[in-house]
Amino acid sequence: MKQRYVYVLAALLAVIGLSVFLYKWQVLGFPLIEDQEKSVWTIESAVHFDSGPGSIKVQLHIPTLTPGFRMLNENSVSRGYGFSINYGSGGREAQWAIRRADGEQTIYYRISVYEDDSVDESDTTPPFPPLPVINEPLKTAADVLVADVRDHSADTASFTTELLRRLNDPSPDPNVELLLSGANSGAEFVDVARTMLASARIPARTVHGFPLAGRQRSASLVSWLEVHDGDRWLYFNPATGESNLPERFLVWWRGNEPLVSVEGGSNVQVDFAIQANHLDAVAIAETQVSQRGASAVGFSLYSLPIQTQAVYAVLLMIPIGALVMVVMRNIVGIDAFGTFMPVLIALAFRETKLLWGVILFTTLVALGLSIRFLLDRLRLLLVPRLSAVLIVVVILMMLISLASHRMGMETGLSVALFPMVIIAMTIERMSVVWEERGAIDAIRAGLGSLLVAIAAYIFMGIAWLEHLIFTFPELLLVILAFVVLVGRYTGYRLTELRRFKELAAK
Amino acid sequence: MFSVARQLREKGVLGLNERNADFIMRLNPRRFYPRVDDKALTKELAIAAGMAVPDLYGIIEHQVQVRQFTEMVGDLKSFVIKPAQGSGGDGILVVTGRSERKRDSFRLSSGMLISKGEIEHHISNIVGGQYSLSGNRDKALIEYCVHFDPTFAEVSYQGVPDIRVVVYRGYPAMAMVRLPTRESDGKANLHQGAVGAGVDMGTGVTLKGVLNDEIVEEHPDTGALVSGVEIPQWEFILQTSAKGLEVTGLGYLGVDMVIDRDRGPLILEMNARPGLNIQIANGTGLTNRIARIDEIYDASATPEERAAISRREFKL
Repeated sequence: MKQRYVYVLAALLAVIGLSVFLYKWQVLGFPLIEDQEKSVWTIESAVHFDSGPGSIKVQLHIPTLTPGFRMLNENSVSRGYGFSINYGSGGREAQWAIRRADGEQTIYYRISVYEDDSVDESDTTPPFPPLPVINEPLKTAADVLVADVRDHSADTASFTTELLRRLNDPSPDPNVELLLSGANSGAEFVDVARTMLASARIPARTVHGFPLAGRQRSASLVSWLEVHDGDRWLYFNPATGESNLPERFLVWWRGNEPLVSVEGGSNVQVDFAIQANHLDAVAIAETQVSQRGASAVGFSLYSLPIQTQAVYAVLLMIPIGALVMVVMRNIVGIDAFGTFMPVLIALAFRETKLLWGVILFTTLVALGLSIRFLLDRLRLLLVPRLSAVLIVVVILMMLISLASHRMGMETGLSVALFPMVIIAMTIERMSVVWEERGAIDAIRAGLGSLLVAIAAYIFMGIAWLEHLIFTFPELLLVILAFVVLVGRYTGYRLTELRRFKELAAK
Repeated sequence: MFSVARQLREKGVLGLNERNADFIMRLNPRRFYPRVDDKALTKELAIAAGMAVPDLYGIIEHQVQVRQFTEMVGDLKSFVIKPAQGSGGDGILVVTGRSERKRDSFRLSSGMLISKGEIEHHISNIVGGQYSLSGNRDKALIEYCVHFDPTFAEVSYQGVPDIRVVVYRGYPAMAMVRLPTRESDGKANLHQGAVGAGVDMGTGVTLKGVLNDEIVEEHPDTGALVSGVEIPQWEFILQTSAKGLEVTGLGYLGVDMVIDRDRGPLILEMNARPGLNIQIANGTGLTNRIARIDEIYDASATPEERAAISRREFKL
């Protein structure tokens, strides 16, 4: 019965830990590996215009739904202007307003995005468009064209391809020529195509954006046709009919409205500049957390002050050391002094590095032991004797540091990082075992402690593990689950296989 | 490696993890631990239950009392000083005589002479808690030194051999005799180098021995055969062990007894975490016997009945 509780508890802990971990990793995008960087594009749009005499209102379409990209941040630089973001029919619009302005004006809007394949067109299925009102003689031409194209196509995609092929035909038939007579720009051309699609009751809209590639001082907007086939949006290059968006195409806005409208200004011009740079994946994930309001699960130690972070980076490795300890004690079955002494020694090894750590630790314990044996002759009472050992340990540490400094070995200075109380207790325990059970037992347990400390040090020193635990502290629940399970492990310890070998042989 | 584990499993060998998780934690309530961890209390309870124990000469509880030690022992030639909360035989001093020429010096079981001052230092270490399980202050017991029965004279080197019986839910499950060696310094503790010899539960006759986890036929110092020694008053020893359940309330218990030349089997101490070497000494695992006891367990059986059942069930 109790066994079942243990399994349920361990499973519960593991499931909670792993699901938070998976959510943070997969959805929020926290990186598994340290120093992982992602490409971030910053697109700056500059709106230039000459101010008129009265109040000025500027409206600029800005990215709303950007398949393949996620917004990291956005801001506007516009001295003296009131700034707001509204939702219009074509998506989000940035709006600047000022009562009075003089001379040439420039307003900047800047957005940073990074690639994220999980961002999709989150639009709902659009309704069928109303039949467009087209005046004669264009209506007849449109009807003929649509009927003709429909005869030569099977579905929405092929209909669009066929339509675009005909509209782009270098020697167009008279109907197409008539329809295109008013289309002078690319956008107007797309508009004609959209009208034709609407006549066939196919939802379509124009998308404007640019393919992101490296650094561009002035990027020009490209218009594509977006067609809904009942399931999802398809993209068509209006000039060629090809149906895949160019790589890294950032959709800036949709619809037929102009990019910018300025009330009270003239000579409006919009320039786009694109800059690519790299940003730590953790920083990106952090902004994800705040944007999604996922702070309950997305809590992160990165929000702590740097100094506190450094403390926790070390503290969070102690459970790893405890895990090593549990495995070494209960599964391998190695004797060691004190329950957590090896873990604390391993912590000290982090500062001294392994070789020096082992040398210093052994020296300290050996010297301490010999002095402890001298003290034993004095027949001191227990607590004064322990205190004496502690004081001797401190003095020895000081002497080792001084001596190594004299000899020009700075590593010896780090001896001061050893937990002296732990060392004093180790010396005391070891000397008692030495007296009672003999040198062999004492040295064996001492070596056992050192071995566990080294194992703990190795695991606690894996940088990747440190990053993983620091970024995903919920993994501690998984460790806890494992430790709870080992707590009910009733199998043999590895050393017992040797101990009971006489029984197995028979 | 796994095949060894499987073989051990088939033999019913109990491992430390299983002992701790399945027996000690389940059957030994923490609140009863003082009854076995504090030897002064054990002695009191055992006397109340009518069990035979070595006489108590005195208890030293405070550092100021250490000097009263000479008054307590008076003219006694032999006595034992032990920590009330010691473990594994640590801190036990066996005094077997006094020096003829030098006043105030005592002869230890090893033959070494030790001064009164050294004994007092040892006592104050005990009181200070050097040997106690928890490291807290402790008491030093001064008690009767067992004059051991000649039964084991051939197979022990100095010191007093003792009999360890593992009692599961009041039923004696397995037993061994622990024979001191030169290596163990006269102490009857296997991890200090004593020889453990399994015992046939049915007859009380010793089997082969184990020394440092290896099977041995002969005592390493005396060279005598370890097996074939018949333990006297075997029935009484099993009955006394079985009473351990009533006295301590512990369901998984090790009872340590010695046989005194004059007074017969005496209870030395009891242990809530008896070691697993007894399995090597007996060449068989505990798990099978434990399973059998679970089958035949009868809550209303008296200690005498339980001892008789164990004798019958676990006869070789």
